[in-house]
Amino acid sequence: MPVVEIKNLSFAYEKQEVLEDITLKVEAKDFLAIIGPNGGGKSTLLKLLLGIYSYKKGEITVLGKSPLKSLGRIGYVPQDTNVNTDFPIKVIEVVMMGHTQGKRPLFGYAKSEILCAMGALTQVGMGDFAQHKIGALSGGQRQRVMIARALCTSPQLLILDEPTSSIDITGQREIYELLKALNTQMTIIVVSHDISVILEYANKAAHVNKNLSYHDISDKNSTFHTHHTHGKYEHFCEIELLQMLGKQNCESCEEPQNRWSIKP
Amino acid sequence: MIEALQFEFMQHALLAGFLVSFASGIIGSLIIVNRMVFLAGGIAHTSYGGIGMAVYFGFPIFLGASLFAVGAALLIATLTLKSRHRIDTFIGLIWAVGMAIGVIFIDLTPGYNVDLMSYLFGSILAVSRMDLYFMATLLGLILLIVTFWYRDILAVSYDSEYASLRGVNVRFFYTLILILSALTVVIAIKVVGLILVIAMLTIPVYIAEKLSSSLFSMMFLSGGIASLFTLVGLWFSYTYNLTSGASIIIVSAFSLGVFLLITKKP
Repeated sequence: MPVVEIKNLSFAYEKQEVLEDITLKVEAKDFLAIIGPNGGGKSTLLKLLLGIYSYKKGEITVLGKSPLKSLGRIGYVPQDTNVNTDFPIKVIEVVMMGHTQGKRPLFGYAKSEILCAMGALTQVGMGDFAQHKIGALSGGQRQRVMIARALCTSPQLLILDEPTSSIDITGQREIYELLKALNTQMTIIVVSHDISVILEYANKAAHVNKNLSYHDISDKNSTFHTHHTHGKYEHFCEIELLQMLGKQNCESCEEPQNRWSIKP
Repeated sequence: MIEALQFEFMQHALLAGFLVSFASGIIGSLIIVNRMVFLAGGIAHTSYGGIGMAVYFGFPIFLGASLFAVGAALLIATLTLKSRHRIDTFIGLIWAVGMAIGVIFIDLTPGYNVDLMSYLFGSILAVSRMDLYFMATLLGLILLIVTFWYRDILAVSYDSEYASLRGVNVRFFYTLILILSALTVVIAIKVVGLILVIAMLTIPVYIAEKLSSSLFSMMFLSGGIASLFTLVGLWFSYTYNLTSGASIIIVSAFSLGVFLLITKKP
């Protein structure tokens, strides 16, 4: 059973169509990167997957059910985690927001919930910061806390919206390494602007700009001939990649322009 | 001031001061972290319409003001949840219309001229036993609600979108916070008056926020700080024969100034 299945989905705000006839299948343990220009519909697609928006045309199933019914098994990390940093709240309390409703003690939190939240914090390497105020953390640390919050429900699918937009380059790498480790246990979908980085970690890519083009990029060497080394890390040339992935069919993947490539 | 404590009105004033300080500390914290200060101001002033109607129809002031304020809170909650477009305009409108209704009903009341000032600037020295019961009941209700629903209220206040994804009924808690604000405003009218109530709901909370690492400690620290301000304000008011509500606010504002100076980063 695919984790996410979207069939012929179209979506419009008022009259302006944002997504047109989208079809997408995400299999278990996939690491899908959603890329594309601003206003191309990436965030809208995520919000449809989470059931925040409702659609009229097409079909979405997440973990075999409608998005709203699967919410308990989806972990979500929202886009901007730098809001509300003055709020007097401890890291552990933020993480415990991740628990679903349902069984709860009369007052406060259950012991099992606290243990589970501590476990999630340790998993993202933030166990020592449980009692710190959220505003005292750096952007990268705060992002880890938000990932821990999403892990609190032991999700089968983890969805992240621009997880590294406000983090420096080393912090970005660390977040992606963390996601790579988590990917052994769960399916991951990431919307990102850092295409050169994300494509190294993802095994599937979807370019969304009203339409969606889907690529299997698990074999990096045969897929991208634009892979080259410059400075500290190997990376891809973003402009060519975007052009390539934005095409409706995969011809460009197979026959790349060799202008910037150094690998055969 | 010690010798004044033998008078019943002074005992009532102090007790009312503590009850209202803790209620406004707790609810003020929720108002601040949810950025609802303007909404609370609107509700406070609108409640004057309820005071006017209570005087005209001859039922208890607390009852009239409470019903009117809760009505305003529900109206504002519906408007903000439905559409955020030009919401500030509508709140300003409700604010003014509520006060206008109050003034007109008092005009219409035959032969009886209410002391308008006591509602605008408070009359803590005229707190009755009934008032105290009402205040204590409300504080009890607030304590019960914020401890029972602490985790939900915290989630809604910190990140409402995420809270709704986790199955928390955001509309319910948003409305609940506004209704509790309305009731708190009504009891605070007795202490500082409806014009000054907004300062009582915000100044102690602002100081407490800087000193707290959780919403829970912020609420109770605010209550403590507000009590202190009320006590000192009352002392000034008694010693120099000044209006009590205004004295409490001036003490609060002065303390805030000192706090800002002390904590200012060099």
